[in-house]
Amino acid sequence: MIAALALMTTLAAAPQQIVVWHAYRGGEEQALTKLIDQFNAENPQYQAQLLAIPYDAYASKLTSAIPTGHGPDVFIYAQERIGGWAREGFLTPLDDEANAMRPDFTPAALDAVRFEGHTYALPLSLKSAALYYNKKLVPQPPATTDDLVRIAVAQTDAAHQRYGLAYAATDFYLHAAFLTGFGGTIFQEPGHHAELDTPEAENALEFVRQLALDKRVIPDEPSANLVTSLFDSGNAALVISGPWLAGELHNVDYGVASLPIVSSTGKPMRPLLTVEGAMVSKFANAPEGARALAKFLASRDAAVERAVIGRQVVATLSAYSDPRVGGDALLSAFAKQAQLGLPMDNTPAMGAVWEPERRALVSVLASGLSAHDALEQAQRRLLATTRAAPPEKSPIPYVIGALVILTGAIVLLRRRPVSKNASPVSAAFDVGSKAYAYVAPAAAGLLVLVFVPFAAGMGLSFFHHQEGHFTFIGLQNFFDILTSRDYRITEPMNFYFTLGVTLLWTVVNVAAHASIGLALALVLRDPLLKLKGLYRVLLIVPWAIPNYITALIWKGMFHRQFGAISALLRAMHIEPISWFTHFSTAFAANVVTNTWLGFPFMMVVTLGALQSIPSELYEAAEVDGASKWAQFRHITLPLLRPALLPALILGSVWTFNMFNVIYLVSGGEPGGTTDILVSEAYRWAFQRNEQFGFAAAYSTLIFVFLLGYSALTRRVGKDPALEAA
Amino acid sequence: MKRARWTMPLTHVGLVLACVVTLYPVLWVVGLAISPGQGFTPGLRPIPHDPTLQNFKELIFTTDAAGHLLFLRQLGNSLLVSALTTIVGMLLSTSAAYAMSRFEFAGRRAGLTALLATQMFPATMMSVPLYAIMNHLHLLNSIGGLVLVYATSSVPFCVWMLKGYFDTIPRDLEEAALLDGATYGQIFWRVVLPLARPALAVTALFSFMTAWNEFILAATFLDDQTLFTLPVALQRFVGEYKTEWGHFAAGAIVVSVPVMAVFFALQKHLVGGLTAGGVKG
Repeated sequence: MIAALALMTTLAAAPQQIVVWHAYRGGEEQALTKLIDQFNAENPQYQAQLLAIPYDAYASKLTSAIPTGHGPDVFIYAQERIGGWAREGFLTPLDDEANAMRPDFTPAALDAVRFEGHTYALPLSLKSAALYYNKKLVPQPPATTDDLVRIAVAQTDAAHQRYGLAYAATDFYLHAAFLTGFGGTIFQEPGHHAELDTPEAENALEFVRQLALDKRVIPDEPSANLVTSLFDSGNAALVISGPWLAGELHNVDYGVASLPIVSSTGKPMRPLLTVEGAMVSKFANAPEGARALAKFLASRDAAVERAVIGRQVVATLSAYSDPRVGGDALLSAFAKQAQLGLPMDNTPAMGAVWEPERRALVSVLASGLSAHDALEQAQRRLLATTRAAPPEKSPIPYVIGALVILTGAIVLLRRRPVSKNASPVSAAFDVGSKAYAYVAPAAAGLLVLVFVPFAAGMGLSFFHHQEGHFTFIGLQNFFDILTSRDYRITEPMNFYFTLGVTLLWTVVNVAAHASIGLALALVLRDPLLKLKGLYRVLLIVPWAIPNYITALIWKGMFHRQFGAISALLRAMHIEPISWFTHFSTAFAANVVTNTWLGFPFMMVVTLGALQSIPSELYEAAEVDGASKWAQFRHITLPLLRPALLPALILGSVWTFNMFNVIYLVSGGEPGGTTDILVSEAYRWAFQRNEQFGFAAAYSTLIFVFLLGYSALTRRVGKDPALEAA
Repeated sequence: MKRARWTMPLTHVGLVLACVVTLYPVLWVVGLAISPGQGFTPGLRPIPHDPTLQNFKELIFTTDAAGHLLFLRQLGNSLLVSALTTIVGMLLSTSAAYAMSRFEFAGRRAGLTALLATQMFPATMMSVPLYAIMNHLHLLNSIGGLVLVYATSSVPFCVWMLKGYFDTIPRDLEEAALLDGATYGQIFWRVVLPLARPALAVTALFSFMTAWNEFILAATFLDDQTLFTLPVALQRFVGEYKTEWGHFAAGAIVVSVPVMAVFFALQKHLVGGLTAGGVKG
């Protein structure tokens, strides 16, 4: 009785849970945590709780979780996906809240979070680039680009690796400010695809080309890491970057100013404006509380906390009347610059712009292509990657066709004897039923968790995906890929070109892994070798360390001006090269990195496999006086085959689909030539308008190709492992 | 054994050289980890002038809102997930591989090909349907669900590797045991598995690694900070605008130590030379 009463009171008083997801860290996370505590204290009917998610997994987690009801009530994200998510019905419009607070938001920020007449997020924080200047080197920040060029040239001393201007010049997010300053825009007409090869865009790119290649005031391959360390060490006078840079500066005395006016047009450089906002899920469990919390986070008091603790450039204007916010030089400089910002388009069409633009910037700045040609290529790439939806087809003929093929396959399989030397029926049945008991647990698990998703993924290849809607289009995706209409075979976007590169990539890598792994394993199993345990452990280190960081360290080692490999070459009096401007060197850089990452696995597998060879054979060979080479040739190699072959076959399949290294090291440069099929599939799925169907078709072709390859090796190689199967 | 006098020193020179090339990039990770800041300056000298353990301290002593040490908790989760993945994965694959190697049954060949086929379809395309299945099975947000996903995804390699190795073990021993009245189960446990120790060590390490470094699925399937595995926590240092290289590197080193410990423990099985003794005659 008492227990029941207690239960009822707790039920009545139980606060409603509000789940909040974010990807903030450091000060921003601290501020948010404090605000959530405050909200919970002020609203006892709600219990809000935070979940911090790694940025790399954030978008995919949201997309998977929201429609199944496992998603958050409130989440904080930039505006870039609002269009796509609103179309898919993930977001609750927040028009009432936005209208109530309207005068207090930067107008550009509200524009950024509006889609088709509705406001889908309450703006929290503004991110845009501005100009950092080293106060010791540059007393007065440049007001025009003429000033900027003058200062940059005067401050550059290439011999001492000092640069007048440093910024991640191949990042279109930053380059867009030059584009707008020269009078250009990304989208000429709303709802239409972007036009990248306008005269304004060409002028902007030509201006940057001259800065980088003629005046040489910008360092080569200027990654964000390099820019930070150059500026902090006083070796860069001017830097274009966002508010996030400030937290990494410890040594330099700097100021922040608005980007200059372009002298030839008289227009200010307008940076792209990113707006992080609080969004409310359509599937929120506590919709009222969620809206209240979003409103609370955007309010003035909360904005002051976010600005002071989190160092955010807040979107709430009244927060700047607080002296701790308005009196902060950095925050107010960025807030002023944000007023001029060009809100980044929030539709999937924007997503399709990054890749062609980045390729254009790299081909101009690293390979010296003319601005005109580079932008023409960019436009062509953009049009090829934003495919129009193919006509919808009726699935019925395809279903019938699939059924016919399936039935045929079953009939064929039934008629084929199980094995040439099958045992008599009764014995086979007896052993067979035992066999199924052994296989069943693995088979059941694989069926549910591997084969079903696999079939579902493959099924997608018959659909076209646009903004949350799948339409059945039959074999059109395959047709488009295999005919490769937009690109000639010598061009990187062509399927057959990429296939060729993938094959080369696989063969070279597997050969390198297997030979290095085998060589080390043979040495390391020598019983007379001292310290072999130590060597073995040291040599598997590349496998043990997360490859995200080591792949990027390798990329840093390949940097032309600052990399360790260049320094080594210089010490040997060889002029260092730009690794990522030629196919051969970029490919080599990828292979070296992947070999380093992959040989330890092969070494371990080979060490194990070598144990399958009875040592008596070697003893007998020694007695017969066979040379070491003869022993290797006639004992080791042939007897190693059955135990090593599975690893080799799987190793080549994995390498064929090895996407990390390509993505992190060469990034497909130059011009997409070093991309392999799986990195193309990834780009279609996540960087080119989320064309999941097309990406699935790529994946299916990869699958069919690999299946054919394994069938071929089975026939041609007559390999015992498979032959015995 | 005949051997020229210079072979052994030369071998050591070669191995030391291999270790230098292997460890130079690792030195960078160490250097980043003991640098005072979060930056990453390319250059020739990986180790900073003013080393500090600050990054390790900040990594290990992070607390959640309730003041619990998150790092230790997540390290525990990772160890648990990886250990269970290894156990479940090995149980599933050793028995399946044994059947594939020793028994003739309908669907065996197709099964082997199907296992191989699963590795051929890029994993990124399977994550959304997998999420839906996990949701239907109520396996989301649980360590057990994650273990099942990892274990099944390690099965194809393990089965192939083990089957390849089982094939090299002569059947004479098993036939003798069968004649002595042993059951298939006894033969499997008492005769075959001990002989396959090197391959078991390789596949155990592989299963462990499958779970140990994975973060995308873990971050997608788990909704609770106290359930997160270490790679998820580590990946949090990689932000949209900047990466905290110092913390990430410190975490990477912490993460790699248990792997080396596991390998060190397993390597005596890897090169034990048991087979030769057991299969004589």
